[in-house]
Amino acid sequence: MALSTVLETPGAGFNFDNAARNAALEGLFEGGQTPKPLKTGTTIAGVVFKDGVVLGADTRATSSDVVADKMCAKIHYISPNIYCCGAGTAADTEKTTDILSSNLSIFSLNSGRNPRMVMAVNILQDMLYRYHGQIGANLILGGVDCTGNHLYTVGPYGSVNKVPYLAMGSGDLAALGILEDGFKHDLELEKAKELVRAAIHAGIMSDLGSGNNIDICVITKEGVDYIRPYKESEYKDDRKMKYKYRPGTTAVLTEKVVPLNLEVVQEMVQKMETV
Amino acid sequence: MATRTLFHSPLRPVEDFVGAGFAPDVSSYYTTQAEVRAYHRESVTKGDKMNSRGLRSQLKDSVPVAGLCPQGAYGLQDSLRSGFTSIKNELLPSHPLELSEKNFQLNQDKMNFSTLRNIQGLHAPLKLQMEYRAARQIQRLPFLPSSNLALDTLRGSDESIGFEDILCDPAQSEVMGEPHMMVEYKLGML
Repeated sequence: MALSTVLETPGAGFNFDNAARNAALEGLFEGGQTPKPLKTGTTIAGVVFKDGVVLGADTRATSSDVVADKMCAKIHYISPNIYCCGAGTAADTEKTTDILSSNLSIFSLNSGRNPRMVMAVNILQDMLYRYHGQIGANLILGGVDCTGNHLYTVGPYGSVNKVPYLAMGSGDLAALGILEDGFKHDLELEKAKELVRAAIHAGIMSDLGSGNNIDICVITKEGVDYIRPYKESEYKDDRKMKYKYRPGTTAVLTEKVVPLNLEVVQEMVQKMETV
Repeated sequence: MATRTLFHSPLRPVEDFVGAGFAPDVSSYYTTQAEVRAYHRESVTKGDKMNSRGLRSQLKDSVPVAGLCPQGAYGLQDSLRSGFTSIKNELLPSHPLELSEKNFQLNQDKMNFSTLRNIQGLHAPLKLQMEYRAARQIQRLPFLPSSNLALDTLRGSDESIGFEDILCDPAQSEVMGEPHMMVEYKLGML
């Protein structure tokens, strides 16, 4: 029987039709030259302080050995009281946090309440475990809800950890050193911001995958303060972006005018039809 | 003796339901080959040799699923799009998530129903399953996209967004199946 047509409509969701072809192509590329997805190669950190949570992130996105985005936004909005930093594959963190945010806003509209941190964490955990780590998203969720200030981390396989201070990404070891040294319970706002900035800075200095500017997001019961960028890198290049020069920028040295003498060779008049 | 009028397949004795899930129904189009095999295994061990699944639907399930057989014109291998012929590729999934994703909804339902049966008794999953089967039959013809509104409401998936709502939306697919073949396949006439 000729199976030249589709007998059932393909299901929605992930489509694995090309998996066999991709596996075959990878074999042809001889070791590691397949195009790599855009990873964030990041340093992200979070700290719980007296009145809320401070989240910090660098802004570099790399694509194997090239910096693909110098001003990448790694702190994603989930709900008015919850923000999430994402490390790992950039597309995966974006899409996962988008889906989480949509689900929580549907919940808010249904129930009239701000979502709680545990809801966000549970939804993420279920989603990431279902895909068994194929979605490469390491997330730090921070937020303030009716039960208090919370900081959670969710790994790509669905593991969850609730901690008072945290760093993730490729620069996490350096950042964690600063956090371990400087963290105390019930810090003040300015001290907490300074601690997170120092942690991200250590990550930027010690890791090639992190760099450029530092973003900070402060979440409190009163609201959210998303400071982007909090601290610009001192190696920022000075590109002007616009290259239009004022008339008179270059000095005129000499001027020579040559008149062009034209003679009339042929003259033809065509009348226009006007009614 | 269990009633035969309600469902197509005869109800198993009560003790069979503990943790074992439910007998797949004949009219459901969501059963998989694994379920057919499991059902045969179970019915043989229980000494129940009666083949309650209609021959027609068994035939349909034994036709290879479109996703895992050669995808080209007239069933020949399309080397440009799918690489070289390989029996392994036709029989086994090439991605670790392929099978678990195909059966995800089914497995979730089974797990939930057996938990419900343990907590609230037999009536709870029975009533729910009856409603699911009724809602699942509200469909357009096979080659047209169905909204499955009643089924979504029952499942609670009208209030959540997942990858199945964003990726590969069947309402926006670029290919359409051949209408006659698809209807014949669904009716088991193919």
